Amino acid sequence: MSWRRALTRGVLAALYFLAIVVTMAFLVLPVVAIFAHVPLGRLLRQLSNPIVTDALIVSFKTVAISQVVILLFGTPTAYFLASRRFRGRPLLVTFVELPIVLPPAVAGIGLIVAFGRFGLLGSTFDFLGIDVSFNQTAVVLAITFVSGPFYVRQAIASFDAVDRRLIAASRTLGAGPTRTFFKVTLPLARGGLTAGEAISLARGLGEFGATIMFAGSLQGVTQTLPLAVYETFEAQNGLDVALAISAVLVIVSLAILLALKGSGLWERSRPAVTAIAQPEAN
Amino acid sequence: MATLSTAFTLPLRSFVLDVSIDVGGTVALVGPSGAGKTSVLGAVAGLVQPSSGRIALDADAWFDSAQGLFLQPDERRVGLVFQEYALFPHMNVRENVAYGGKNRADEYLERFRISHLAGARPTELSGGERQRVALARALARDPGVLLLDEPLSALDANTRAAVRGELQELLREFDLPTLLVTHDFEDAAALAERVSVIVDGRLRQSGTASELVAMPADAFVASFTGANLLHGVAEPSANGSTRVHLDDGTVVTTADAAGGAVTLAVYPWDITVGMAPPSDSAMNVIGGPVRSVAEFGNRVRVAIGPVTAEITGESLTRIGLRPGAVAYASFKATGTRVVAEADR
Repeated sequence: MSWRRALTRGVLAALYFLAIVVTMAFLVLPVVAIFAHVPLGRLLRQLSNPIVTDALIVSFKTVAISQVVILLFGTPTAYFLASRRFRGRPLLVTFVELPIVLPPAVAGIGLIVAFGRFGLLGSTFDFLGIDVSFNQTAVVLAITFVSGPFYVRQAIASFDAVDRRLIAASRTLGAGPTRTFFKVTLPLARGGLTAGEAISLARGLGEFGATIMFAGSLQGVTQTLPLAVYETFEAQNGLDVALAISAVLVIVSLAILLALKGSGLWERSRPAVTAIAQPEAN
Repeated sequence: MATLSTAFTLPLRSFVLDVSIDVGGTVALVGPSGAGKTSVLGAVAGLVQPSSGRIALDADAWFDSAQGLFLQPDERRVGLVFQEYALFPHMNVRENVAYGGKNRADEYLERFRISHLAGARPTELSGGERQRVALARALARDPGVLLLDEPLSALDANTRAAVRGELQELLREFDLPTLLVTHDFEDAAALAERVSVIVDGRLRQSGTASELVAMPADAFVASFTGANLLHGVAEPSANGSTRVHLDDGTVVTTADAAGGAVTLAVYPWDITVGMAPPSDSAMNVIGGPVRSVAEFGNRVRVAIGPVTAEITGESLTRIGLRPGAVAYASFKATGTRVVAEADR
């Protein structure tokens, strides 16, 4: 009966390789198709289209501002959550992580009823003269809400990973908490913080759902690159534009990924980045 | 020299640390791992806050629960050398030493003969070099007290002896109140003037190393200082000495008075070994096959029956001892000591 065993083995081997080929093809083809669907010249010409340049400027500006906000507010928060143990800490950490798994449309609705004109803080914002209705402030809020937790989560893990004895050593050598933070904790956590920031940047650049709900999609005002892809695709003869913007986004995303891998930060950041969906690879 | 006085209680996970030690000169705190030794250093350095008590360097109080005083680690003049040294991995040797005392960095690099390593990262150093950097860093901070946590445990056996010698010299040279934590009695005896044994958060015994060896307060201290511990039942005899029936049937005579279940301490270096029963004054002769022969440098530990003797390598060769051969361990009744039974 050994021919039967050989047959089973052959079928299993075939299925095994089929799974691999299908997976790779499935993941690679859409990205390749973006560059292959129309000639490269036509793609490049579309880059001077005002829709594209406007979206580039809006995206660049809002993502840059939101990254600054995330760093300035997220870093102290992450340090606090990493260095203290107190009742309610797990709850706070969970709230920080929730936007990572929250559907972006839900984030959009949440932002509307929290900060929108008729939301919880709407009148307060009105009083302070802060207008968040369909302008770039709204875009920044949406991007910050959705992408910030990626940074904060990684930052908590990075601060947590700093050897406590080194912090203690710094203190016994006469350095106060502030000097210890800037001379020991921050430099040792820097690699992880940078990785978290890069992930957050990539996520912010791709933000779609929360932005379109909370900030709308006005060209030159709130229309970021992903929104422009969607809008131009819907419009007559807009496929070329949508493809051109997509190509730009693929290249930027790839650049971020390669930069991370090149700096060796990708491997180190793996547990925090992939803990949601994937088991440890090794 | 100044005196560091510490007396405090600090609840830990499984017991309460309750110690009172005055440190002038060098004091070694010894005990099994998990006894609370490192926590004592942490309390002195201000890394943990005791629940009550007082820690002061002469009149300079660092912690005083009665006054609600607790100084932060950076406000205390302590030089703490961590176990495995805790050198800053992102700084080179010079930056590490300069961290606590910018102006003294070069002087200390010179003094510790590590100037040639100034630009090296801690990962590039050998164990002995790391220890010198850690000491230079702690001392460049100009401390009033030196705290050493297992200063030799991260070293391999070869460098250990050399580094211990260096450390000895250094402690003499700097002349600071020094509290040294170790689980190795030999290190403690070599480096410290006084030794305090701590078990489960409490001091069992304090004294000079030879006091501890000569008069261990209990079986733990005795075994920690290297003694054989023989368990048995004591039966007073007419002539004033005590006969102890050991668990394995051997009968041993001790000069101490005792009755009931007892533990006898016999130091390995008080036991002689021969191939024939001796005809000298030794009251106790235990004959049997040699169970093991273990060499430590020039010292050889020979196990016969329930006891282990320590003889020189020279003696070993002279009497032609080898494992399995029948030999006789003998020791005087006055060489045994009845010790209090430690919690087993």
